[in-house]
Amino acid sequence: MGNVFRIGARNLLRYKRRTALTVALIAVGVVFYLVFSAVSGSFKNMMVGNITDSFLGHLQVHRRGYLAAIENLPLHLNMQPGQTKKLEEALLSTEGIEAFSPRLKFGAAFSNFEETTNIRVNGVDPGKEFRTCPLLLSRIVSGSKDPGVLGRGSILVPVLIARGMGVKVGDTVVLVATNRDGSVNGKTFVVAGILESATGPGGRDGYVHIEDAREILRITGEEASEYAVRVARFDRIDAVRDRLEANLSDLKTKDGSPALMANTWQKLSPFSNIARMIDALSFFIRILLITVVLISILSVMIMAVYERVREIGTIAAIGTLPRRILSLFLAEGLLLGVTGAAAGSLVGAAVIAILNAAKIPFAFGQQDNLLLAPVIDGPEMLTTAALVIVVAVVASLQPAWKASRMEPIEALGHV
Amino acid sequence: MRLVSAENLSKTYLLGEVEVRALREVSFSIEEGSLVSFVGPSGSGKTTLLNLIGCLDRPSGGTISVAGENPAAMSRMEKARFRGDNIGFIFQNFNLIPVLTVYENVEYPLVMVQSVAAAERRRRVGELLDAVGMTEHRDKRPDQLSGGQKQRAAIARALVAGPKLVLADEPTANLDHATAATIMSAMRDMTARLGTTFVFSTHDPRVIGEADVVHTLEDGALVASRKGGE
Repeated sequence: MGNVFRIGARNLLRYKRRTALTVALIAVGVVFYLVFSAVSGSFKNMMVGNITDSFLGHLQVHRRGYLAAIENLPLHLNMQPGQTKKLEEALLSTEGIEAFSPRLKFGAAFSNFEETTNIRVNGVDPGKEFRTCPLLLSRIVSGSKDPGVLGRGSILVPVLIARGMGVKVGDTVVLVATNRDGSVNGKTFVVAGILESATGPGGRDGYVHIEDAREILRITGEEASEYAVRVARFDRIDAVRDRLEANLSDLKTKDGSPALMANTWQKLSPFSNIARMIDALSFFIRILLITVVLISILSVMIMAVYERVREIGTIAAIGTLPRRILSLFLAEGLLLGVTGAAAGSLVGAAVIAILNAAKIPFAFGQQDNLLLAPVIDGPEMLTTAALVIVVAVVASLQPAWKASRMEPIEALGHV
Repeated sequence: MRLVSAENLSKTYLLGEVEVRALREVSFSIEEGSLVSFVGPSGSGKTTLLNLIGCLDRPSGGTISVAGENPAAMSRMEKARFRGDNIGFIFQNFNLIPVLTVYENVEYPLVMVQSVAAAERRRRVGELLDAVGMTEHRDKRPDQLSGGQKQRAAIARALVAGPKLVLADEPTANLDHATAATIMSAMRDMTARLGTTFVFSTHDPRVIGEADVVHTLEDGALVASRKGGE
């Protein structure tokens, strides 16, 4: 077999410029794909990480029907104390869960005693919330970033409201909310921090201590609107969700349906559509790469067969078996693919390293201090190289087959 | 002992819409270890006849036997194997593989056709290069050789697998007189040394005298057969 590759390599070197151009074309395709994949992948991972770690959590558990009505923050669809107790037991017993945080969410009127606006309030247990969403504290643009910032009587105000109403850290504000029975209750808070929005200018979510939320809503038990969950391994999020749902299967509604629903971040955030779009783009770039490799190898190999018809006739006449002739041309295609894939992988890795070294900044939503950190992992690079090599061999099949089927007498008479 | 035997061998093919009778009921036999020449003007059927003997083409009529086998009954694969084991080819234009050195060209049938072990390959290729006087050119590519050197390399390649029969189509057509004489001498030397049967086509009267037997073809018919020197 080594001789087949030796002869194949010599044949490729026979037309150095053409071989170099083909290898360069394949390599450029590989570089383009790897760099795109690394940049888009890092952008996607950064954004997903930002969204899940700063407010969403990896998973959320709600009472059935809550998610459909989440824009209204319906108090009557909160999980009841019996349900939250069983849920916490399930969360503690489910393998792969790193942290979880109960949230009591409600809409309220926010007043600085001069003006009033509406706010979405998240009543949270600060310790649990900061473990579940570790980037939440980093969103505080004014005020302490200490985990103890959200004590009883404190509020983290979204920057949108703070700017609009001229609220600063240390100011006293009041929240007024309607509880489930229809009565109205209010409570004053001291502004402990101003929160930058994670997703854009529309963020109106503020944070208070969960006990303060219960006090405003006159809730006495361990009621919760949702549980945010952080998993230990992000790539196993679906498996964790499935295990959790299995552990919750004995909590049923009256009609026998599961009472609590666990959803991953993809179901909860519109950014998942962008992430899917990035994946689709990546897929199409891969298709483009396959096309480039296929066409370039196919054209080169067709030319190679056409130019060497008499030579094929000679080797067939002296007794070379058709499968050996087939393997000769397949070896040439394979060598082109391997060389192109190797060159493309090396250059691609170098470009990615340069992009990392350049520390290119970019903005996402309200965050403008992000750095582009493209990363391509080994398996991705190997998969791409393997794909290129397989496509190169497949592209060589037709010309190689044609060469192997040539009648020696006709090939020898070819002019 | 007969190596090739042909009875009423005919070959007809279409040239566009015109039917051409390249061979017309030709009968002959070739003995082992002989140097046989088919002579005649261009278009007389020499190459067609060599193609039939070399199992590269099928006759339209009649029968041919080569080394006791009937090529007409063989599959494409069987014919390839048969050629690899029994027949060597020397082409008018040498047909050496341009990307391989002389040594590699001669070695090619042992590597790609017969899968001979490396040590045995080295021995056989070395002996043959020595026999045809090409040892000093072993590392040259075909484009670095003269016509005579290319043909000597081609003879070594044709002989390296130990064929019973070597077919040479106009082997001296592209060579000057002195080189042609050297090539013919090399063929005769190989016949004497290895017992290989050489069959060549030519219309070059300078080399016809080297043959043991001369068959003359005209318009596809065998019109005369005589012993060399007669």
